[in-house]
Amino acid sequence: MNTLMLAVEQSTPINYLPVVLQLLVAIGFVIFMVGVTHLLGPKRKTADKLINFESGIPQVGNARQPMAIKYFLVAILFVLFDVEVIFFYPYAINFKELGTEGFMAVLMFVAFFLCGFIYIIKKGALEWEE
Amino acid sequence: MLLMQIDWFFLVEKLSLITTILLISLAIAAYATWAERKVSAIMQDRIGPSRAGIFGLLQPLADGGKLFFKEEIIPTNANKFIFIFGPCLFMTTALMTSAVIPWGPSFEFAGHTVSLQVADINIGMLFVFGVVSLGVYGIMLGGWASNNKFSLLSSIRAASQAISYELAMGLSLIALLMLTGSLSLREIVDQQHGFWNDGYFTWNFFKQPLGFFIFLVCAFAELNRAPFDLPEADSELNMGYHLEYSSMKLGLYLFAEYINMFISSAVMSVLFFGGYNYPGMDWVSANLPAWVFTFSCVSVFFIKIIAFILFFMFIRWTLPRFRYDQLMKLGWKSLIPLALVNMLITGGVILWLTK
Amino acid sequence: MDLFEAIFWFLTAMAIGSALGVILSRNPINSVLFLIATFFAISGHYILMNAQFLAIVNIIVYAGAIMVLFLFVIMLMNLNADVEPQKSRLVQFAGIISGGILFLLILAALRDMKAAGVIEKTATDIGLMKNLGKTLFQNYVFPFEISSVLFLSAMIGAMVIGKKETLVIDKN
Repeated sequence: MNTLMLAVEQSTPINYLPVVLQLLVAIGFVIFMVGVTHLLGPKRKTADKLINFESGIPQVGNARQPMAIKYFLVAILFVLFDVEVIFFYPYAINFKELGTEGFMAVLMFVAFFLCGFIYIIKKGALEWEE
Repeated sequence: MLLMQIDWFFLVEKLSLITTILLISLAIAAYATWAERKVSAIMQDRIGPSRAGIFGLLQPLADGGKLFFKEEIIPTNANKFIFIFGPCLFMTTALMTSAVIPWGPSFEFAGHTVSLQVADINIGMLFVFGVVSLGVYGIMLGGWASNNKFSLLSSIRAASQAISYELAMGLSLIALLMLTGSLSLREIVDQQHGFWNDGYFTWNFFKQPLGFFIFLVCAFAELNRAPFDLPEADSELNMGYHLEYSSMKLGLYLFAEYINMFISSAVMSVLFFGGYNYPGMDWVSANLPAWVFTFSCVSVFFIKIIAFILFFMFIRWTLPRFRYDQLMKLGWKSLIPLALVNMLITGGVILWLTK
Repeated sequence: MDLFEAIFWFLTAMAIGSALGVILSRNPINSVLFLIATFFAISGHYILMNAQFLAIVNIIVYAGAIMVLFLFVIMLMNLNADVEPQKSRLVQFAGIISGGILFLLILAALRDMKAAGVIEKTATDIGLMKNLGKTLFQNYVFPFEISSVLFLSAMIGAMVIGKKETLVIDKN
């Protein structure tokens, strides 16, 4: 019995099986590459060779140091905006069915979005030069 | 229950397709390194690789072979497990995106319909975004695990840059999705059938030029390519997040970047330039054998992809690098509002036209 | 046991195993990696239930955005040597007692629960993106708008915290 057509339908979990297959192939390939180089390469380790490279200057401390908080702020804002952007996707897919009413709802959402956006810019969250 | 729906032909078909795509992406990535050196050489009036084979065509093989036989160096300060895990993760995510791209039209083979797409899922484009958002980890973990200040700085820059441009990239596609009404890449390609229909172009580029422009800029930034190559700025950070890497682990980072370039070229041609569609394809499918049609479609798709890859290279060797504050300013203060405006205008125009 | 059940139990084991990994691993970066693995297992469950949009949003937002933030926070911390001080006996004792009480509470709650019927295996179409969008924008427009106000307040909160910190650093 040829049940292939069932598997070609778009909206069942079975469609994700090839994705899992591809993931397995990709992982297998990566493990193969790393494993083969591990076996092939020479192994002549010396203490000097394994020091971190800092342009030939003796190392001062290490890299486990706190960093500028600006990057952190960018990450927080990214999380917030990312969730808002995700909300637009189900709307965009149904855009034609929802018509004017849906568009008004989204306009209001975008208005709030812009309020927040203008607020963070006025507050200088994204100013990089001091 | 589910097992009954799978037959062996399905598994064999998918596995062979996956392996072929994997090999093609590796080959294209390898020859993209060669092409990059040739293109830069021509643009700078040099010769470029010329010793290994004619025109240096064997250069990528020599480079790849060399990486296999190099010593693996893991700094004593580094976090060993994460140091190895970083490049592996980066490569795995780079290889995953190709799963949802339709490489050509379906064709009949031995009584079965063979689809030239690994997985036709109806959240196709969001799948691409999901995988792209995971790609950041490979860079962050690799740079952090090296325990090197240059690598750390580079990986933080890369992560900030990637997440900032992911927002604009996501927003720029909303307007396009309003037109298509579907996230499935197969369906988006089918809607762009041919080249001209009902008195207008079918390709989405002609309907969404601004969306394409924003998407293109974001693609450059996501790929860490010039003019947005701040994470790999040689002159400031020695080399970037893979400074401490050697052997094939370095190779995985470098290859994965070229594979990402190949995949994003494919995504851009699927979304905006009709994928495997070309003018006059109906005539070909009606008058010539089926295999000619399939072959021509796949070739056209690859020609588009290679054109995009060359475009990426021309830009890299033409424009100077941005400064970090300029990069952030462009991403947050220009592209995001522009994408929002594009979305609202598109929505308004469609509603006005359909009324 | 068919494929569906096999995948279900594999994902369940993966979710619980990596969730244990989050709390048991000593290195915070490893904890984050285990947490990402947990999110993947949960996304796999969503796909089995045919809730495709939820599955991919779980990956994009939780695994792709919030975990990046976690990694940034951990990189912000000073991870040199074992800076974490050994907790005193009293704190350990209090921890054991409060944990035990919580465990008892959960046990009591579980005892009162009726055994769930057969797991619904037939996938429904409610979780598909098209249907979900229709429901969200037709029946639940008001909560949707409210959520935007929530985002606005979250942004203000982030700015207040973030900007205050930079001022402190400037003074140093």
